[in-house]
Amino acid sequence: MSVLVFIEQRDGRVRAVSKEALGEATRLAAVLGGPVVGVCPAAADPGLAALGESGAEQAILARHAAFAAYHPAGYARAVAAAVERVHPKAVLFAASAMGKDLAPRVAARLDLGLATDCTALAAEGGRLIATRPVYAGKAVQKVGFVRAPAMLSLRPKIFAPVAKPGKSAAVETVAVAEDPSFARARLREVISSAAGKADLTESEIIVSGGRGLKGPENFKIVEELADALGATVGASRAVVDAGWRPHADQVGQTGKTVSPKLYVAVGISGAIQHLAGMSSSRCIVAINKDPEAPIFKVADYGLVGDLFEVVPALTEAVKKLNAQHV
Amino acid sequence: MIQVVCIKQVADTETRVRVGPDGHSLDPAGVTWILNPYDEFALEEALRIRERTPAAAPGPGAGEVIAISLGGATVPTTLRNALAMGADRAIHLKTEVVTPDSLQVARALAAEIRGLSADLVWFGKQAVDDDQAQVGPMVAELLEIPCATVVAKLELEDGRAVAEREIEGGREVVELTLPAALTADKGLNEPRYASLKGIMAAKKKTIEEKPAVLGEPRLEVIALELPPARKAGRVVGQGVAAVPELVRLLREEARAL
Repeated sequence: MSVLVFIEQRDGRVRAVSKEALGEATRLAAVLGGPVVGVCPAAADPGLAALGESGAEQAILARHAAFAAYHPAGYARAVAAAVERVHPKAVLFAASAMGKDLAPRVAARLDLGLATDCTALAAEGGRLIATRPVYAGKAVQKVGFVRAPAMLSLRPKIFAPVAKPGKSAAVETVAVAEDPSFARARLREVISSAAGKADLTESEIIVSGGRGLKGPENFKIVEELADALGATVGASRAVVDAGWRPHADQVGQTGKTVSPKLYVAVGISGAIQHLAGMSSSRCIVAINKDPEAPIFKVADYGLVGDLFEVVPALTEAVKKLNAQHV
Repeated sequence: MIQVVCIKQVADTETRVRVGPDGHSLDPAGVTWILNPYDEFALEEALRIRERTPAAAPGPGAGEVIAISLGGATVPTTLRNALAMGADRAIHLKTEVVTPDSLQVARALAAEIRGLSADLVWFGKQAVDDDQAQVGPMVAELLEIPCATVVAKLELEDGRAVAEREIEGGREVVELTLPAALTADKGLNEPRYASLKGIMAAKKKTIEEKPAVLGEPRLEVIALELPPARKAGRVVGQGVAAVPELVRLLREEARAL
């Protein structure tokens, strides 16, 4: 028995979300028994031996020339083949863009059940139970698996990685054979958005703006606070629907569900669909002029006031703090 | 071009979730049922493609947009909405199973779609109830057709679909041969409202009923629970004067700065 982890690489580097998955796999393997094995489809080894430091005892490099970038059909075959070879008790993916696209394909190929975007795993009497938010976080579902292995994808930023300094994973390279399905889809290009900008789902700190900003041009003060905090900018549905911000920025039930360390809601009243998407944040700050706004019910710290005065003052205070700590 | 749009009936996003008497599904009492918002983007895109694609070979089924939904007795109202928006016909795969798992749904849909000669099979990127985001790529895998998920832009060029999809920190542009499956993200388009004419026309369109062939489940929902309530928040103060106290609390109490 073992726990298999899909290792996600982009541009030849293993992504942090896969180390989170390895961390949880290590904790699971301690209960279920067996080694933690990584499987990484790639065109070249992204340094898999080093994953020993993140908990992997073995790593399979599933190599094919077309696997430098994400290749859905190829990756699905490579990971399914690894599952059939390793016979793990559980298969973990990160619930990232790639993991969410890939895991259902592998599950369908292997006729297995899959739980998406899990926030907690438990082994009860040798049986794996996954906890996952549903209705964008308005409720949580506990699911069990009818057949082994259990397939799960893990929400980013929830599971802690482990550190095993000096450990190294035994790497085995497997050549993946070409398949007619490989020709049916092809990645033309990857367009990067603003350089260095973290994705909302993987951000430690998020500053979101809402209707209270009165216009798209006023998002500047949200961006300035975000810059000072090293945060990513989010938005409410109202301002996305109004075209002030792109949909990629939307937090809530028809946008992203986020769990940052710190979430600052600026001029957001707190509609139920927004609260659903951010209430699993570790610490919530709300700045709003309406003391009755529902956002204050979930905010650890609320500040009632005119955001056009409060936010720049907060930005200055954070900058001062940063200057003291340089 | 034949297009199939797989749609799901879900609880309105404004719904306050209550756990039903079975302990593992939503209490349906008082719930307003809507067409899953992401499926609306899928349906809208299919309708736009139909509208701008001249019927090449006229004949039965040419240029059709077929809406399919799996579920219980309330599903026809949502299929009727899809017909009012402009779908040509609808298929209701009937089941009394309240929470079939994604693979069961995918099997039933794939079995039905296999006979429809579809060029494009559409889904929403996820349903806003169980948030699994699985059925689209699972159906594609079962049908052995390529699939792009979370599509925010689509163009068709000589027998190929070119889709843009959001990934962390950017977008991927992928090219698929047809037939292909696509799951729609918000931003793909602005869905239309059903016109009065559309609503009248929908009454004359057919909803074909068939039993859903689910097969054995692979997941078991053990419980649906409400999340632990956050502890009551507190208001730090009013206006700019409260900023220093807020910063102090964030540093010293929350350790978030």
